[in-house]
Amino acid sequence: MRTLALLLCIAASAAAAEKESKISDGVVKIGVLTDMSGYYSDIAGSGSVTAAKMAVEDFGGKMLGKPIEIISADHQNKADIASNTARKWFDEEKVDAIADLVSSSTAGAVMPVAAEKKRITLLSGPATTAFTGEKCTAYNVHYTYDNWALANGTGREVVRQGGDSWFFVTADYIFGKSLEEDTSKVVKAAGGKVLGAARHPSPGTTDFSSFLLQAQASGAKIIGLANAGLDTVSCIKQAKEFNITPKQSLAGLLVFISDVHALGLDVAKGMYLTTAFYWDLNDETRKWSKRFFERQGKMPTMVQAGVYSEIRHYLEAIKAAGTDDADAVMAKMKATPVNDFFAKNGRIGPDGLHRHEMYLAQVKSPEESKHPWDYYKILKTIPAAEAFPTVEQQNCPLVKK
Amino acid sequence: MKAAPWVERLGYAILVVAGLVAPFVVYPVFAMNVLCFALFASAFNLLLGYTGLLSFGHAAYLGAAGYVTGYACKAWGWPPLFGIALGTLVATALGYIIGSLAIRRSGIYFAMITMSFAQLIFFLAVQFPWTGGEDGLQGVPRGTLFGLVDLSRNLPLYYFVYAVFLFGFAVIHRTIHSPFGHVLRSIRENEARALSLGYDVARYKLLAFVLSAALSGLAGATKSLVFQLASLTDVHWHMSGQVVLMTLLGGMGTVLGPSVGALLVVALQNELASLGSWVPVITGAIFVVCVLAFRRGIVGEVQALVKRSF
Repeated sequence: MRTLALLLCIAASAAAAEKESKISDGVVKIGVLTDMSGYYSDIAGSGSVTAAKMAVEDFGGKMLGKPIEIISADHQNKADIASNTARKWFDEEKVDAIADLVSSSTAGAVMPVAAEKKRITLLSGPATTAFTGEKCTAYNVHYTYDNWALANGTGREVVRQGGDSWFFVTADYIFGKSLEEDTSKVVKAAGGKVLGAARHPSPGTTDFSSFLLQAQASGAKIIGLANAGLDTVSCIKQAKEFNITPKQSLAGLLVFISDVHALGLDVAKGMYLTTAFYWDLNDETRKWSKRFFERQGKMPTMVQAGVYSEIRHYLEAIKAAGTDDADAVMAKMKATPVNDFFAKNGRIGPDGLHRHEMYLAQVKSPEESKHPWDYYKILKTIPAAEAFPTVEQQNCPLVKK
Repeated sequence: MKAAPWVERLGYAILVVAGLVAPFVVYPVFAMNVLCFALFASAFNLLLGYTGLLSFGHAAYLGAAGYVTGYACKAWGWPPLFGIALGTLVATALGYIIGSLAIRRSGIYFAMITMSFAQLIFFLAVQFPWTGGEDGLQGVPRGTLFGLVDLSRNLPLYYFVYAVFLFGFAVIHRTIHSPFGHVLRSIRENEARALSLGYDVARYKLLAFVLSAALSGLAGATKSLVFQLASLTDVHWHMSGQVVLMTLLGGMGTVLGPSVGALLVVALQNELASLGSWVPVITGAIFVVCVLAFRRGIVGEVQALVKRSF
């Protein structure tokens, strides 16, 4: 069976090579639409643009004799600016694909526009699980992580490690509530208990004392932070100030290496988190990350590494298909496994979700950290099948049952 | 003193033609964005420029109408025209409720009351499950007009938005030049005197408020169809501030000023988008220059110049 598939693959690529190159408008143009100045500029931002440029350079800068171009813009985390920019890019600038789209609201605004115009969205930054579920489109790949993976990775593993009673500090809006809900389900399914939740207004809360004291009073072993960005950072800092940690452990549900870097190990130590990428995993990741570091001055976050990998995969799919026609490229991207420093044997499902290994990590204490950016202890590699929901669970309307 | 009627008519005719050819010159979605904001700012100007009431919560009507229209078109599958009508109706009702409470006070208190109600609407938009919270209401279908014209294409939609804008603008123009508009101006100039002349000032203010809210709603409802999106940006107090900026830049209390201001601000945001967070800094600097150097706004200064020269 496998040999047959291999033969078919070879035959297909040979056929593709014979086809004359079909690159629309004589250029492959990829737009990186991200947050260049706001909350998420550290996890994505200019680092995503650097990663995208690296991907193009590593590819050789040319596609079937035509140039590859990267453009970028700041969506300021506003859905309207994102959709407006995307429309302009598709209509006027002949952009073939948009990458990153950090923050779910912007991705959700751009995806339908792209699908309508048959252009591809390569999501790396956003978290919403529904992008490959009820909101799925035929021209979308959700590449790096989603809420489901975070809730499962951190939730299940932390319970397994003995953290079986939870209290949530939740950002009081849809993202926070759905993350809390997802994680609660996972915790209960794994045999843990959820003792309660304190919901704080967001954004804009700077004093988390009352929420954290509720968490402390609950006596839960684990305090789950169902919030993001500044909220999470403030929670972690204040939990330390109230001496809540290390008696109770924090589980950040959406934490990036840049957050840990900003907090410092002394504050963040002991925290559990789930990540799709860590620079210090193996020689391959170290090699790529050091190159990234030379250009950006920071180690890459999982979002930035994801941007590199997804663009690389997209370019290779164009090469294999011999055209940048969105339907053909999507088919190729879904048919070909991803194998690079970011993912081993990652598979993009018919719903557009990229299923790959995730890692459960714990933040090191300052004593354990041997060199700069040595922040995570990888506790466990979560296999792709466990890390992400199945196609059936996702319930994407495009996938026929 | 005032330009001859034929000059004014010629001027308007040129502008109308310019609006007709605009989508062939600039990107249609940009043009539609300008039209929506021009209508919004003009509606706001009716209150600030002609009645002298500074509302700091006009985003509430823009945003609420956008959400309602978006929801009606998306969840109930309403045709765009009905969706817009419902959105405008909701904004009108909101305007009536908030307006009848707010006009009891004036000056800074009026501004604060309108702002706090707008914050209330913002909170509801964040919390209601049907608004999609921070994700907004996405993928609103543009639909077809009368079941005939496909609005998902940019060009037909542009002319639809243009028609909506002209309708709204005509209503404002008519209001300003009616006896009602004169009473509004007299309230702006001297409320006590208007009262002593026997005008029921509160009712006039309320009517102006409701009218302004309704037209802001019309702008917001249309905008949600253009972008296929209703988001928190539209109900955020920044939006309330932005409309003040547009109106003052273009010229408060002039018919065309707010539209010019809207064009300027939207064009700046568009051109400077790559600079990201520098946009508010630059628009802020322009605002400071405007307030210091030409207080009447662009159109106001031009009018004053014309008046001096002839």
